[in-house]
Amino acid sequence: MEPARRGFLKRAFAVTLGAVSGLIPFGAGLAVFLDPLRRSAASTPFVRVTSLESLPPDGIPRKFPVIARRSDAWTTTPDARIGAVYLRRLADGTLQAFNVTCPHAGCFVEFAGLTEGYRCPCHDSSFTLDGAIKNPGSPSPRGLDELETEIRNGADVWVKYQKFLPGHDSKIPA
Amino acid sequence: MKRWIDWLDQRTGIRKLAEEALFEKVPGGARWRYVWGSTLTFTLFIQLVTGVFLWMAYAPSAHTAWESVYFIQHQMWGGWLLRGIHHFTAHAMIVLLVLHLMQVVIDGAYKAPREVNFWFGLALLLLVLALSLTGYLLPWDQKGYWATQVATSIVAITPGIGPELQQLIVGGADYGHHTLTRFLALHAGVLPGAILVLLWAHICLFRRHGLTAKEPRRKPDTTFWPDQVLKDAVACLAVLATVLFFTLRHQGADLGAPAEPAEPYSAARPDWYFMFLFEFLKFFPGNTEIWGAIIIPTLILLLVAAMPFLGNWKLGHRFNLGLLFALIIGAASLTWLSYAKDAANEHFQHAARAAEREAERVMELASSPSGIPVSGARTLLRQDPLTQGPKLFAGHCASCHRYDGHDGMGGFHASAYIVQSGDTLAAIARGHFMTETALRQLNDLAAGEPDTGRPLLVHTPQSASDLKGFASREWIAGLLDPRHVASTNYFGATAFADGKMVKFVTEKIPADTPAERQQLESLIAAVSAEAALPLQSDMDARDAQIITRGREVIRDEIACIDCHQFREPDDLASAPDLTGYGSRDWLTAFIMNPAHPRFYGDRNDRMPEFGESEILTPEEVGLLADWLRGDWYRPLEP
Repeated sequence: MEPARRGFLKRAFAVTLGAVSGLIPFGAGLAVFLDPLRRSAASTPFVRVTSLESLPPDGIPRKFPVIARRSDAWTTTPDARIGAVYLRRLADGTLQAFNVTCPHAGCFVEFAGLTEGYRCPCHDSSFTLDGAIKNPGSPSPRGLDELETEIRNGADVWVKYQKFLPGHDSKIPA
Repeated sequence: MKRWIDWLDQRTGIRKLAEEALFEKVPGGARWRYVWGSTLTFTLFIQLVTGVFLWMAYAPSAHTAWESVYFIQHQMWGGWLLRGIHHFTAHAMIVLLVLHLMQVVIDGAYKAPREVNFWFGLALLLLVLALSLTGYLLPWDQKGYWATQVATSIVAITPGIGPELQQLIVGGADYGHHTLTRFLALHAGVLPGAILVLLWAHICLFRRHGLTAKEPRRKPDTTFWPDQVLKDAVACLAVLATVLFFTLRHQGADLGAPAEPAEPYSAARPDWYFMFLFEFLKFFPGNTEIWGAIIIPTLILLLVAAMPFLGNWKLGHRFNLGLLFALIIGAASLTWLSYAKDAANEHFQHAARAAEREAERVMELASSPSGIPVSGARTLLRQDPLTQGPKLFAGHCASCHRYDGHDGMGGFHASAYIVQSGDTLAAIARGHFMTETALRQLNDLAAGEPDTGRPLLVHTPQSASDLKGFASREWIAGLLDPRHVASTNYFGATAFADGKMVKFVTEKIPADTPAERQQLESLIAAVSAEAALPLQSDMDARDAQIITRGREVIRDEIACIDCHQFREPDDLASAPDLTGYGSRDWLTAFIMNPAHPRFYGDRNDRMPEFGESEILTPEEVGLLADWLRGDWYRPLEP
């Protein structure tokens, strides 16, 4: 072979071999790094949150922890506190459940009274008792995330606990 | 000595290296304004040293992070000092970075040919901010947990890749073990590594271009060693003294209660150097968040990065100075605004105090002889009657009962009242034992009467006993006092207001003569002793004779056993069992099912069967009973 061509092949091999020997270990690392992408939150089934008796039909929101099975990487907890909800029962018996997480930036909203509704302690978003945006210019792009509820056996309140992406104007399941 | 150095120099060229490092020219003489770069290198060195030692004691997982940080702070030799230095040096770095940036811009040190070094500097600034952000979460306390939620939520609104990016940073769909392992890898590996590489490049370029001397040059040129080094050393010492001052004042760094996703944390705030961004976000309604969180900060950063080019323009340097000061004043004002708002915000202050109490309590429990269980320190608070009792009481009992006049948490139980036509605020307030002012405040009402049909929050009237000190001698004495037995604090607001017990107490319990009073006192001591309250154990042991006498009174003299069962099976008993009255067993069984024949049977008045109806779990009932009995861990007095 002529020297110029041999030189080119040499360089091409050197670059290829170098790249391959560097990329294989890096690729293995990258695979592990990207693993969380396939662990999106499986849709949580309905969870029993409380008994109907703890929820007088007066429309006042009451806060309950959501206790469910949770797998966190290598540990599984059968009764983990995975979050909390506000539940309210209206005089006509309708149930409403809201995720306590502010749809703006993920803080825990607090109930601040029948007139004031819910208030986020972080960036001052506020919501009416029905979960709708209350303050004009609210940093939150949408109202509180309402969750599906069910009454089972006429005595227990079950909630489909879900999280939604913050910062969007529609509810996109996380 | 010289021989050794010659030997080494021949093989490494160390003399030339040392000379280059030490005898760098300082045109115009050593000056204080040149110290900032050196102080920053010094603080980075502090962080590397203290950080590595902290790393040796830190365990990143949701069950061990807080626990290991607690152990460093409270149990290990010098742990608080190490944490404090690391924490406050991080704050010092932010201040020094701003000062360094100011010096560079004011002195025009960003201009050609130093553009690339200016960008390296900006990149270093961002990396240090990233270190602060990642470090804030590592203790896994409520403060770091909730404040970091805001940061990772912002990541999620990045166009296109936001949700995936957030998931990669968080290490899954929710915060957990992998959030900590990732944040630690960033905080202790990736970011410091990148900083070291960039800093090396930053210093190399600095040496290549030489120092930008401040004109006019006041003194003859000198060398870095020893003139400037002396000034740098003094400055570093001052930085260290400041850091130590804050470390000693705070006895290390704060550690809140362990992260708990089901507990609100209304005191969530970032550290002071991010407060301006936090406040800035409040100005962006709804869908414009991305402007405040990502677009505007990025544009500002790009504008700052463009300073070297802007500086070529005739008025460019002045523009850059104006830009820098506008940014600093803007950030300072936002920071001030944020703190001023919080200082005036009652809810925030209340939440901050509650957070402090919870943190203190968990420290007490963690330092108790039983220590921290494998499941982590979260369990300590979840299983602590003092922490959970008031919350459970407020949620489940306070709609009827009171605890020392309040709902257990120091508040009141609220219910809704719909305004009827013809109602006046005064009448509504009276009807709910409130003042008109309190009613107005509670409902944010302006002057005038409320509209018909509007729901108002009102205090729920007490309709069952006040349980503060339940089964203690004082409480029983009130129950057996004809003046109090029919008050709302006992049976007054219940179906038993005209019951046999009230009648019996008002008519049959004599306490006129000293002998009768003594008889009553021994009866009270005996009933109360059934509870075996931990706070009365000394008293009960001391009064053993009186208690024995009291038992005779119960059986034979006052004849409580006509209705109550006492220490012997009694199928005909119609009133609650006095055997073990107020003991943990008795109280948990009672709360589980007050309508059990052993207690009120079918005469039970409205009290839910908390256990039978699965309103509360047996663990929750136990916590409630322990709290009412004052049975929780108390550290020994020092």
